Amino acid sequence: MTVKSNTASTVWARVGDKIFSRLTLFFSVLMAAILIALLIALGIDAWPAIQKFGLSFITSIEWDPVNEVFGALPAIYGTLLSSLIGLIIAVPISLGSAIFLSELAPDWMRRPCSFLIEMLAAIPSVIIGLWGLYVMVPFIRNPIEIWLGSNLGFLPLFSGPPFGVGFLSAGIILAIMVIPIITAISREAIFAVPVTQREAMLALGATRWEMITRAVLPYCRSGLMGGVILGLGRALGETMAVTMVIGNGYVLSPSLFSPGATIASKVASEFNEASGDLYIGSLIELALVLFAITLLVNIIARLLVWRTVSVRGTGE
Amino acid sequence: MNELNGYFRRKQFSRLMLVLCGIATAVVILVLIFILGYTLVNGISYLSLDFITQPSKPVGEVGGGMRDDIYGTFILVGLASIIALPVGLMAGIFLAEFAGPKAASAIRFAADILAGVPSIIVGVFAYAILVRPMHTYSALSAGVALAIIMIPVVARTAEESLRLVPNSQREAALALGISRWRITLGVIVPGAVTGIVTGIMLAVARIAGETAPLIFTALGSAFGVQGLAEPIGALPLQIYRYALSPYSDWQQQAWAAAFLLIILVLGINISVRLVSSRRQK
Repeated sequence: MTVKSNTASTVWARVGDKIFSRLTLFFSVLMAAILIALLIALGIDAWPAIQKFGLSFITSIEWDPVNEVFGALPAIYGTLLSSLIGLIIAVPISLGSAIFLSELAPDWMRRPCSFLIEMLAAIPSVIIGLWGLYVMVPFIRNPIEIWLGSNLGFLPLFSGPPFGVGFLSAGIILAIMVIPIITAISREAIFAVPVTQREAMLALGATRWEMITRAVLPYCRSGLMGGVILGLGRALGETMAVTMVIGNGYVLSPSLFSPGATIASKVASEFNEASGDLYIGSLIELALVLFAITLLVNIIARLLVWRTVSVRGTGE
Repeated sequence: MNELNGYFRRKQFSRLMLVLCGIATAVVILVLIFILGYTLVNGISYLSLDFITQPSKPVGEVGGGMRDDIYGTFILVGLASIIALPVGLMAGIFLAEFAGPKAASAIRFAADILAGVPSIIVGVFAYAILVRPMHTYSALSAGVALAIIMIPVVARTAEESLRLVPNSQREAALALGISRWRITLGVIVPGAVTGIVTGIMLAVARIAGETAPLIFTALGSAFGVQGLAEPIGALPLQIYRYALSPYSDWQQQAWAAAFLLIILVLGINISVRLVSSRRQK
């Protein structure tokens, strides 16, 4: 009897195991399938625009809903420019704080400082946008843009009237939003460098700074690069805060003061008002372009970061 | 003598750069304090009982609040959690317990890439698969969009916490002749529950503040919460709309809403971290 019931329960256990492990597999595949579904669904809905404009969608600078002519170049330009500004500001600051947190800070400062920087990442983007629009933008316009304009106005970069809202403000907002990401990953990468590396350099008579720049940073550079690129991925797709401070222009202007648009801000601000398959299709094709760019950037970042440190999702 | 001079200069330079690193950290923390301080001070001055208990009013009428949008945010977060938790947790269990190394790295890669997809694109996706076919903006489509953002975060944090459960526990339970699925649900998941809950709470805090995916899924509603197949309001959405409106009354409400949202989001973040750091000690 006992033998029989035992085998029965083993059979059941085996069936249960099989069902359960299949279930977990099913949900995992479902998660991965979302990515593919994303691509297909966006492709289908963007099809009217893809068919109509072909490659000229990417190279055209016109965006005219009345005559139904749509081109993405200014949005792509705005996306790249604002992210570039963001990175130029964010990378030195993030590296500096990562170095401070991992090499210099006394123990009692480390945790609270890291915690505060993580909190910056937790603030919802719309609140950073609200702050940016009402507190930061007026300050950017006067004094920063007015000063830059009157002293360096001969450069095309700083030409034109100071609006406050524009590429510069968007870039600064993006810097604020990616600094916590780059800092966190760089800090982990620096932490992972063996102590012997540091000691060897110090033993050669290097100063602390020389030790950091010549023994520590080169050792973990792929982790640092990964962090920067992950930050770039975040900056490219960041929507709300940028939409609120970039000023909704649609131009290819070299001036940082000029109001502009990013792909994400264009989609966010026009989607609800869009009517007609072609207009909506064009906005969705914009989203598709952004998807392709961020996919590429994130894949590169993952491959780089995975080599050195393990990190959680970019969202945090 | 010259060499000593050179060394002195190098030392000075080193000190200067290290001080700059400290300043960089201080700048970041100052920015945080600026944003938080301004939002909290400004927000609390516009916060009132009406703001929490009254529905919104049309332009021109004084007063009104965001009762329905606060309610809407809770509904959307609940809806997203109901959809995302089973998928995320099961995927996390698969990654930690059942997957072979190849399958695990493929799924993990997909999860990380999905987590990196900009939230506005997830919104467009929900629009394409739900709003368009149903011909209406809906709470459901917004919940699905938020769930897609939540799933990879839950899956990866669940996986990491499950991995921290020592193998000896698995072996001990297996030696007792218990089947794997019961070990997983009865021994391993309970052992990792703090970490899993931490991950879920952080994911909730994240989606509670998401705005971009709601613009063309939830849309916002002037008639309160009506049902899952109807448009619905949400706190972050209302901050966006009111912040860009030309009416000072609405702008003030945007600050009050930002105050509430920041308390909610940072409250979850801080309490979760306090609990998990106490556990670690």
